[in-house]
Amino acid sequence: MSDHVLAEIKNLHTYFYLAEGVVRAVDGVDLTIKAGRTLGIVGESGCGKSITALSLMQLVPSPGKIKEGEITYYQTIHKTESASTSNVIEITKLKPNSRAMRAIRGNQISMVFQEPMAAMLPVRTVGAQIMEAIMLHQQVNKAEARERAIDILARAKLPNADRIVDTYPFQLSGGMRQRAVIAMALSCNPNLLIADEPTTALDVTTEAQILDLMRELQQQYNMAIMYITHNLGVIAEMAQEVAVMYMGKIVEQTDVASIFRNPLHPYTQALLRSIPQLDDVMARAGQKKRLETIRGMVPDPYSVLPGCSFHPRCPQFMEGVCNEVEPAVIEVEPGHIVRCHLYASRTTKARAN
Amino acid sequence: MLAYIIQRIIRVIPQLLLISILAFIIIQLPPGDIVTRQIERLQASGVTVSEAQAQALIRQYGMDRPMYQRYLLWISNIITKFDFGYSYTFEKPVAQVIMERMGYTFAIALFAHIFTWTVAIPIGIYVAVKQYSIMDYIVTLVTFIGLAVPAFFLAMIIMYVALTKFGIRTGGLFSQEYMVLPWSWGKFVDLLKHMWLPIILLGTGGVAGTIRTMRAMMLDELRKQYVTVARAKGLSEFNVIVRYPTRLAINPILSSVMWLLPWLFSGGIILEIVLNLQTAGPALYAALRNQDMYMAGAYILITGALTAISAILSDVLLALSDPRIRFGGVEGA
Repeated sequence: MSDHVLAEIKNLHTYFYLAEGVVRAVDGVDLTIKAGRTLGIVGESGCGKSITALSLMQLVPSPGKIKEGEITYYQTIHKTESASTSNVIEITKLKPNSRAMRAIRGNQISMVFQEPMAAMLPVRTVGAQIMEAIMLHQQVNKAEARERAIDILARAKLPNADRIVDTYPFQLSGGMRQRAVIAMALSCNPNLLIADEPTTALDVTTEAQILDLMRELQQQYNMAIMYITHNLGVIAEMAQEVAVMYMGKIVEQTDVASIFRNPLHPYTQALLRSIPQLDDVMARAGQKKRLETIRGMVPDPYSVLPGCSFHPRCPQFMEGVCNEVEPAVIEVEPGHIVRCHLYASRTTKARAN
Repeated sequence: MLAYIIQRIIRVIPQLLLISILAFIIIQLPPGDIVTRQIERLQASGVTVSEAQAQALIRQYGMDRPMYQRYLLWISNIITKFDFGYSYTFEKPVAQVIMERMGYTFAIALFAHIFTWTVAIPIGIYVAVKQYSIMDYIVTLVTFIGLAVPAFFLAMIIMYVALTKFGIRTGGLFSQEYMVLPWSWGKFVDLLKHMWLPIILLGTGGVAGTIRTMRAMMLDELRKQYVTVARAKGLSEFNVIVRYPTRLAINPILSSVMWLLPWLFSGGIILEIVLNLQTAGPALYAALRNQDMYMAGAYILITGALTAISAILSDVLLALSDPRIRFGGVEGA
């Protein structure tokens, strides 16, 4: 697995301009996606995970807009078996509906969404919807596109792929449909797959199967995955790198082992504490102890909180600091960054915001 | 698919039977009957009708027999001989009156609907895609006015403007000189010259409503995830819109095909009278005014039958467009 950078997000701000005010859905996000690796993004609903992903493909729904920041995609062009050159594409400089942007979508970067039930149009066959992308990006005729669609469906472990290709989405079960949706996303052999909570709507058995499938296909195609979820268990299974998001900002980022062993940000710690543990459940059986939750709610999206956006809910809140000064990004250890005042003294290398 | 169509056709037979019975009862409802009207007419024209002649007439029309027998006679004549009885308003067999007008009625209604769809569907899609844009507000305003202004009123204004400003006579389907001539190329061209106005006017009546339907449906569909998925494939915005949300948003329009055939007969009646068209609607109106019971009965029966047939047509179109109906599938099952 190579370690070269596939995509870089720098200082991304994606705002929604509504009549009620401006929603800062993504408010200064930096991320690096490496080829062939999985980056997990965790956070509660409404923290900006999905909008970050949609920004990457320039698919932010109106009235949302990328206000600031840069997204760079490094496209590898294989000239011969051994030699290849890199083509730098500034995604943020492309018009959302331009030919150049559309050539990336579904081809270089593709996406799997949360609801397998809603991801396909019910009145067109599964095959037609997969073949469409193949014919668009790879100059092949209909018969060949159909062959490829059957092949990719079979790789997604759908039984009787040659029959499934002619079925309608509503004739498949939820798990099968998500397999078909994943097959559709992989039909053009993308270098980056964005998976936005692809298993949230599925039962746990199906979830495990889909996660296995995605890992297997990742190996086969050597693609990077940006895995968005609120489920830390899934992160532990899938990701190598983890970014924790809260209110449009990344509050902590490190490798997957450190996030579980040494979580630094109080929000990350709280998230980890609110995972139900089997021992706890056993222990709780006798006494009436409730599952730990994070105090309070995600604040109203129109508000701009002074200081750290987590301060109203933080158990380690420091009056006069957290509610006044915005925390800077601190690299506590190499490769482990956090955005919290608690670690201001432990700075090895403080970076400007 | 064939089984589905056959099943729908079998189900329509009892419906048609019921419609025919209702139609027959309705034509019997008004006081007086065809014989008394006939006698009155003869007397009015100065002919004295003797009791024996009256009895002969009653027997001729089967008025001495019970109602169910008269119904059976009526319906069997229709089914076996396509004989709907005699219209004394037009002094011709009812079937002939209808046939004479059927062609024009059908042509005008069909073209009017095609006009409605070609104008309204693209506009509806456009304003949904550009929701809250200036165009959306303008179209919304215009469609509200369109919904509020009766088509016949609009027709009168256009006829007035066409005549006074441009000197064009717009009423009727033919110019005076071609009215009684047999068919020729000149008569056909003359017909086309006259037909565009009723087509546009009848069509315009449906445009506003169809735009509203299309816009509302598209707005629903545009929010669905499959639209974002289609965009994420790299399709152009045009292809995304045409191949995805439009495919589902069009369903209510396909359902509205159901109203096409009955509308032929009675939909544009006021407008047809205003425009002085030789179509079916005004004939029905005249028949009802004159208690021309066979004429009226035939209309009720035909309108009912056409509604039933159109419903099948709609269902078949919907089933062709939406496999969920074809396979009896349920979304999310």
